[in-house]
Amino acid sequence: MDFFNIFIKAAFIENLVLAYFLGMCSYLAVSKTVKTAFGLGLAVIFVLAITMPINWIISNKILSENGILGIDLTFLRFILFIAVIASMVQLVEMIIEKVSPSLYNSLGIFLPLITVNCAILGGSLFMVARDYNFSDSVAFGLGGGFGWFLAIIAIAAIREKIRYSDVPPALRGLGMAFILTGLMGIAFMSLMGIDPAALGK
Amino acid sequence: MAETLEKNVVEPKEPLFGKVEKKLLKDPLNDNNPITVQVLGVCSALAVTSMVYPSFVMAVAVVFVCGFSSLLTSLVRNKIPPQVRMIVQLVIIATLVTIVELTLKRFQYPIYRQLTVYIGLIITNCIVMGRLEAFAMANKPWRSFVDGIGNGLGYGAILLIVAVIREIFGKGSLFAGSPLEMKLIGTTPDYFINTMAEGSWFGWYANNNLMVLPAAAMFIIGVLIWIQRSYNPKLVDIS
Repeated sequence: MDFFNIFIKAAFIENLVLAYFLGMCSYLAVSKTVKTAFGLGLAVIFVLAITMPINWIISNKILSENGILGIDLTFLRFILFIAVIASMVQLVEMIIEKVSPSLYNSLGIFLPLITVNCAILGGSLFMVARDYNFSDSVAFGLGGGFGWFLAIIAIAAIREKIRYSDVPPALRGLGMAFILTGLMGIAFMSLMGIDPAALGK
Repeated sequence: MAETLEKNVVEPKEPLFGKVEKKLLKDPLNDNNPITVQVLGVCSALAVTSMVYPSFVMAVAVVFVCGFSSLLTSLVRNKIPPQVRMIVQLVIIATLVTIVELTLKRFQYPIYRQLTVYIGLIITNCIVMGRLEAFAMANKPWRSFVDGIGNGLGYGAILLIVAVIREIFGKGSLFAGSPLEMKLIGTTPDYFINTMAEGSWFGWYANNNLMVLPAAAMFIIGVLIWIQRSYNPKLVDIS
């Protein structure tokens, strides 16, 4: 499968939030305004795109039987993946703080949150389960991140508007967010008919 | 701070399972439910709720991980330097999840295949981490353990409610895949079986495919929150 193919598939057809419910916690908690959602979305794209290739290398070159060590160490996968993600998030945070303080100020609080964002670890685990190769995993990281970004921006925009609607009190806020996400999930399902392989022809 | 207080005050002997423990166990089931009130841990498990049996396995796994990670974290809480506490917590959780994964792989392979990445995602299930941060880091081991179990149960309860609704309406069965498997509705009468596909409209109930979609889980949880908040007005969102 080629790069573009996997990117489209990960971003739209198999959207991490709307098809797999990954990263729901921060998706629901940080989607009250578009501005904050935008910051978190960018940070997720960033971290997914970085951790995915690194985890691919770890999983295929170090932990697998055909790797450098020559022993089957796959039982260490969870611990190593989460350690990579945690340290990458830390690293990204420090780099952004040095390079661009203004970006750091807008992303600042969201970066640590990303360590426990299921979309990141889930992406890495899907990559292993689906036997992607290196370039596939880069595409999947970028596409998955972009899909997550789209989803959180969309729900944040809807939630900003719905504040002026007359929702039953008990359904206000969280309950409505769940139902909206369900509706968006159905809307995204209509993209399932797209065949990325046919687009290039 | 809590340490010095504990040393000065001579504590009255507390029963092993007193009022505090009971409250810790009961609160997450309704007033402080991890999914519908704290909004933690929605991530990893909604996709498994299309059938009851996998959700049950998932719930047991989360109760186990949640309880024991709280216990272990609470045991070492005074030795963890605050800067690296996240990493320490994650390592404890990841170890427990690996145990669960290997156990399932050995004894329940079909379920293991079905749950795939969602077992691994218990690591980033915010409810586990959230309880460690909010409770286990500041409380004694036994109470933390009970708190972890309670939150695991509150989470499992929602999971099972959603799964029962989705499986009955979506597949017309209950506990499919487990020894208790039963076919409730959607079955065709005997004299139709040779001619009709099972679950077709000739039976008295046609399977509702919407319920099998991931979106159905969101609707059901949305409605559950609605019901819960109508009965429990203090939970209503003011904003």
